[in-house]
Amino acid sequence: MSFLELQNITKIYPNGTKAVNETSLNIENGEFVVFVGPSGCGKSTLLRMIAGLEDITNGEISLDGNIINKIDPSERDVAMVFQNYALYPHMSVFNNMAYGLKNRGISKEEINNKVNDVAKLLEIDQLLTRKPSMLSGGQRQRVAMGRAIVRNPKIFLFDEPLSNLDAKLRNQMRLEIKRLQRQMGVTSIFVTHDQTEAMTLGDRIVVINNGVVEQVGTPKEIYSKPNTKFVAEFIGSPQMNLFNCKIENGIAHIADMKINLNNSTNIDDATLGIRPDDILISDNGKHSCVANLVEYLGSDMIIYSKIGDQEFSCKLSSKINLNAGDTFKFEISGTSVHLFDNTTGSRV
Amino acid sequence: MKFKPLEILTHIILILGVLLMVLPIWFSFATSTHDNVSIMTEGMKFFLGESFTHNYNEVLNEKGGWSEEVTAARMFVNSFIMALGIATLKVVISAMSAYALVYFRFKLAVPIFWLIFITLLVPLEVRIFPSYKIVSDLGLTNTYTGLILPLVASATATFFFRQFYKTIPDELLESAKLDGANSWRFFIDFLLPLSKTMLAAMFIFMFVYGYSQYLWPLIMTTDEKYWTVVMGMKIIFTENYEGVALPRTGERFAYIILSMLPPVLVVVILQRWFIKGLIQTEK
Repeated sequence: MSFLELQNITKIYPNGTKAVNETSLNIENGEFVVFVGPSGCGKSTLLRMIAGLEDITNGEISLDGNIINKIDPSERDVAMVFQNYALYPHMSVFNNMAYGLKNRGISKEEINNKVNDVAKLLEIDQLLTRKPSMLSGGQRQRVAMGRAIVRNPKIFLFDEPLSNLDAKLRNQMRLEIKRLQRQMGVTSIFVTHDQTEAMTLGDRIVVINNGVVEQVGTPKEIYSKPNTKFVAEFIGSPQMNLFNCKIENGIAHIADMKINLNNSTNIDDATLGIRPDDILISDNGKHSCVANLVEYLGSDMIIYSKIGDQEFSCKLSSKINLNAGDTFKFEISGTSVHLFDNTTGSRV
Repeated sequence: MKFKPLEILTHIILILGVLLMVLPIWFSFATSTHDNVSIMTEGMKFFLGESFTHNYNEVLNEKGGWSEEVTAARMFVNSFIMALGIATLKVVISAMSAYALVYFRFKLAVPIFWLIFITLLVPLEVRIFPSYKIVSDLGLTNTYTGLILPLVASATATFFFRQFYKTIPDELLESAKLDGANSWRFFIDFLLPLSKTMLAAMFIFMFVYGYSQYLWPLIMTTDEKYWTVVMGMKIIFTENYEGVALPRTGERFAYIILSMLPPVLVVVILQRWFIKGLIQTEK
C-alpha cells in the first residue's frame, strides 16, 4: 500500500462544476510529486481535498494507511504553503511558526527549540521578531515554508507558492525547495502551472487537464514519451510542433512533405508531433522552407516557418547564420517524432 | 517662509473651524468658575473667575433631586456603568454575530443579516413602550440590567464588523485550520486582534451613544439612585431655594463641563489604538 492513495476521487461543486473526475493516484513516502496543468484544470482542488479544505464528492483518500476523507484538516498532519503565503499579519515571524505547535499543546521550551532550528535552516533567524508586513517577498516565502516545516508533517502541500516572486527569486527558491525536500525526505506535492517548475522539481509529474489525469511519470518520461496530444503540447518550451497529417503505409504526408516513419502504420487522421530542437537543419536536408521570423535568444535562436498552411518552429544554435526571409533546408528523422491518433487523442 | 494664498485660506478655514468648536466649551468652562451673582449681572464669561473650587465642590457633593439624596457624583457613576455596559456588550455581541454571519454557512444567513440591518430603521425611541413593558414585566425597572439590556444589540456595528471580516482572505482561515485552530480560536486569535482598530472605533461610538441616552433612563428609572448625568442636566440645580430666586448658572455650567469628561477620556485613551491601527496596515 502506498503512502498516499487517491482512489477515484471526484469533486463536483454545488453549482454543478466538475472540477476533478475519477482521479486515482499513488504517491510513495518521500516522493516529490508535481501537479501541473493549465489554470482551472482542478489541480489545486485536488490538493485542497488532500489537505481537507474541500469536501470530497466521491472516492477515497488514504494517508499512511488511514482513510482521511472525514478527518479534520488539523488532524491530517499535513502542512500547506499557500500562494499568497497566508502569513498571520498580526503575529511576529516566531509566532507565525509557533502557532500550530501551540495549538497542539507542545511545551514552550520545545517550541522555542524547534522554531529556532527551522529558522536557522531557512536563514530567517534574524527576522523572528518582525511582523510579516516588514518582510520582503522572498522572506515571506521562507517564513511560510518554515511554518510548514516546523510542524514536521507527513506531507507538504505547495499551492503555487512561487508565482508571486520575480523571476530571479523564483529560480532561487525553486532550488531551495528542492534541496530542503531532499534533505528532509518529507513527501511533498507541489501544484504549479509552470512546466519548468514541474520539470525541475518533480520526482514524478502528474499532468492534469479538465479534472482528468493525462499522464503520470518522471520528467524524462513525460518529455520524451507524452501519452496524449495535450501533454505533448503542454510540456516543453518552445512548444512541440503538431502537424495534422495522413499516414499511409508508414509514410506521413504533411502537405507535400513526406516523412518516413519506418513502420507500416495507417491512420487517416493523425497528428505528428516533433520538438523544435529535433528538427535538424543542414544543407543536405531533404525539405526546405522559408524562415518567416527569427527570434534570437543568445545561445539559441528560434525560427518560425510554415509547411503548407501549418506553422512550426525550430530551435537551433545561433551560430548558424540565418535571417528572416532566407530559405533553409532541414531533416526530420522518423525516430524522433511523436504520433497521436486524432480520434482518441492518445499516442500511437 | 512664504505661504501661498491657498495655504493661508485653508489655514484660516481650519482655524475658524477649531474656534467654532472650542470657544463654546471654553465659554462654558470660564463661566463655570464664576459666582452666580456676577454671571447673572454680566452674562457669559471669557476669563476665568475665582469660584472654581466652590462650584465644582458643590456640584459633586450636593444632594439633589426630590428626595435630596442623589448627588451628581452618583449620576456620573450610573452613566459610566450604563455607557460601559452598552458599549462593551454591543461590541462583543455584534463582533460575534458578524462572525457567525460571515464564517458559518447556515441557511438564511443573508435574510437574517437583512433582518438585523433593517432594525436600524427602528431606534429605541420608536419601540420605547414595548421595550418598557418587557423590562417592567421582567422586574428590571430601576436596575442597571434594565438600563443596559434593551440597548445592547447593534445593527450598525454588526454591519461594520461583517464588512471587515469579508475583507480577510480565505487563505488565512484555511491556514489557521491546518494549524489546528477551531472556530473559537480563530475568532480569538485572528479576528479580534486583526480588528483591533475597528473594536476601538466601535467602542468609542457606542460609549458616547450609551452615555448620551436620555429618554430611556428617564422612563426606566423612578428611583433617583439610578439617575444618569444627561437626565440630571435637566433636573438638578434648577430648584429655587426658599424664595432666593437666583439661578445657579455657575454650578450648572460646572456640571456640564464635568459631564463632558468621560466621553472625552474614552476617546483620548482609545485613540492611541486607533492611530496605531491606521499607521500599520496589516493585511
